[in-house]
Amino acid sequence: MVRIDGKGNGTALVRVRNLDKKYVRGTEEIHVLQGLNLDVDAGDFVAFMGPSGSGKTTLLNLLGGLDLPTSGSITVAGDEITKLSAGSLTSWRARHVGFIFQLYNLIPVLTAFQNVELPLLLTKLSKAERRKHVETALAVVGLTDRMGHFPRQLSGGQEQRVAIARAFVADPTFLLCDEPTGDLDRKNADEIMEIIDRLVREHGKTVLMVSHDPRAAERARFVLHLDKGVLMEAAKAGAGT
Amino acid sequence: MAIPVVYNVRSVVQRWSSAIVAVLGVAGTVGVFVAMLALAQGFQATLIASGSPGNAIVRRAGADSEMVSAIALEEMRTIEDAAGVARDARGPLASGEVVVIAAFPLARTDTEANVQVRGVSPRVLDVRSNVRITAGRFFQPGLAELILGSNAIKSYEGFVLGGTVRFGGGTWKVVGVFDAGGSAFDSEVWCDANVLNEIYKRPTNIFQSVTVRLESPSALARFKDALTSDPRLSVQVDRETDYYRAQSRTLTDLIRVLGFLIALVMGVGAVFAALNTMYSAVAERSREIATMRALGFGSGAVVSSFIVESLFIALIGGVLGCLAVLPMNGFTTGTINWQTFSHLAFAFRITPGLLLRGLGFALLMGLVGGVPPAVRAVRRPVAVALRGL
Ligand SMILES: Nc1ncnc2c1ncn2[C@@H]1O[C@H](COP(=O)(O)OP(=O)(O)O)[C@@H](O)[C@H]1O
Ligand SMILES: [Mg+2]
Repeated sequence: MVRIDGKGNGTALVRVRNLDKKYVRGTEEIHVLQGLNLDVDAGDFVAFMGPSGSGKTTLLNLLGGLDLPTSGSITVAGDEITKLSAGSLTSWRARHVGFIFQLYNLIPVLTAFQNVELPLLLTKLSKAERRKHVETALAVVGLTDRMGHFPRQLSGGQEQRVAIARAFVADPTFLLCDEPTGDLDRKNADEIMEIIDRLVREHGKTVLMVSHDPRAAERARFVLHLDKGVLMEAAKAGAGT
Repeated sequence: MAIPVVYNVRSVVQRWSSAIVAVLGVAGTVGVFVAMLALAQGFQATLIASGSPGNAIVRRAGADSEMVSAIALEEMRTIEDAAGVARDARGPLASGEVVVIAAFPLARTDTEANVQVRGVSPRVLDVRSNVRITAGRFFQPGLAELILGSNAIKSYEGFVLGGTVRFGGGTWKVVGVFDAGGSAFDSEVWCDANVLNEIYKRPTNIFQSVTVRLESPSALARFKDALTSDPRLSVQVDRETDYYRAQSRTLTDLIRVLGFLIALVMGVGAVFAALNTMYSAVAERSREIATMRALGFGSGAVVSSFIVESLFIALIGGVLGCLAVLPMNGFTTGTINWQTFSHLAFAFRITPGLLLRGLGFALLMGLVGGVPPAVRAVRRPVAVALRGL
């Protein structure tokens, strides 16, 4: 269940209250998020839509603990992350967030295997356990035969699949996807959305996704529009509940 | 756990052209640094090898080197008879010596170089057990005969066994060659002290120094006490190794200070090259860094990763620099011995310790050149860097 009226009962996995974000650029002040509220339950799949510059990436960065709001609070699984120090926020990200970026952001000098292994280096898993997890994750995205390949030896769609494996290999609390299909053609975009969809349906992952693409957003159980700094329910909102 | 080192190694390899200036800068600096220290080390080793811990050298009190010292024959007798001096059936093991400087043409170039000609006592080979005759024979006391050090015979025009040499107003016959184990004596020419005084029209029965063989290395204190408490003598006594170490100090210190200064100046350049390489690495990989931090790698992990990368680049430079100078090991060169202004042959001595110091110096440059860029790598806010702004 997803709410945007700030009246969630506290069982939500993600709870956002009165979130404000202003950027100052020179003398100009840009008020990107203006008192935004949001509740997302575990296992939900939410898509955020909105015109370019409406603040979708800003919202996602705040939810993922990459940036701090001007005011307001974000609570994830009981942790009020907007109160954490920079250092604790970093280790919080390692445990709770899986990021998927529009441009994949793989490390070019590391193989697919090594890219996926990166988040596991921050856990206590042994080398053998890490190997098992990486192999499983790459199997889920269908790239078992590409483990030793470098990003430049992969197609865009394959790169994004590696990035998805990297995002969920450490079993984070939720996945944050910023235009995951924005750089892909129709066919690859559909494949990527199919994988994300499967992560939600079969593996019970919670996914918050930003997308321009209506076809991608269609997959989500809830679609919200970001407009003038607050969220609005789209026509489809509530469908699938 | 830290960011894997393979990330840095591969990044450097992939962008090798941007690291090359830093690598060469560090290599050149380390090469010069090691070469200078090897020079100092070789020079010092050569002089120290001249001395033996079981020998003592006696000079007039206040004389810095044997060149400016004088000891009369009566004094020499007192010294020979003192406690602590080794003796055998033929008497005490002591050599009264005089030194003159004579110029001879170098074989390699046409220039002349000063050779230290040492007048010694007939018993010198018993006093200096590290010296032995390798060709011909020892000189006959009372005759104008020369024996040549193994470096001297190689270095000068006209130094041949059986030939004659003119200097000091006399004609000398070359009767033998001696080997002094790579020490400073190898660059000398030896003859009878009395004959040398005679030909140079110096007062006879005056020596500049007396070197004695001690009963044992520990007998030095006894010997020293005996001489300094004797009112007839006004001398200073040193263990021979200490004397030669002190003799080598001026030049080795000079070479070392010079070496450090040159290495410092070059090192500053190499550090700037490393800074440049690392700053551009950090700038070019800003999105990678932001990605790592988004994944949960802390600023400490990122800073150490880039320092490791800088150290890696510096280490490559250091290893190259060491490899470049390694063939110089044992290469014999010559210099002026500043105490006597005579020509002295010695070899570069590159020891494992020196190489380690060279590598340590390389790592120091890598550290200095790596820390500021590494710190900059974590200064950019992650959200900003991810946007690629
Ligand atoms: N670091 C920043 N400094 C100043 N302005 C920023 C910064 N980041 C984003 N903005 C501005 O905030 C607004 C929202 O940006 P963004 O969240 O990227 O929107 P979207 O992802 O919906 O396109 C834009 O006007 C953008 O220029
Ligand atoms: Mg965006």
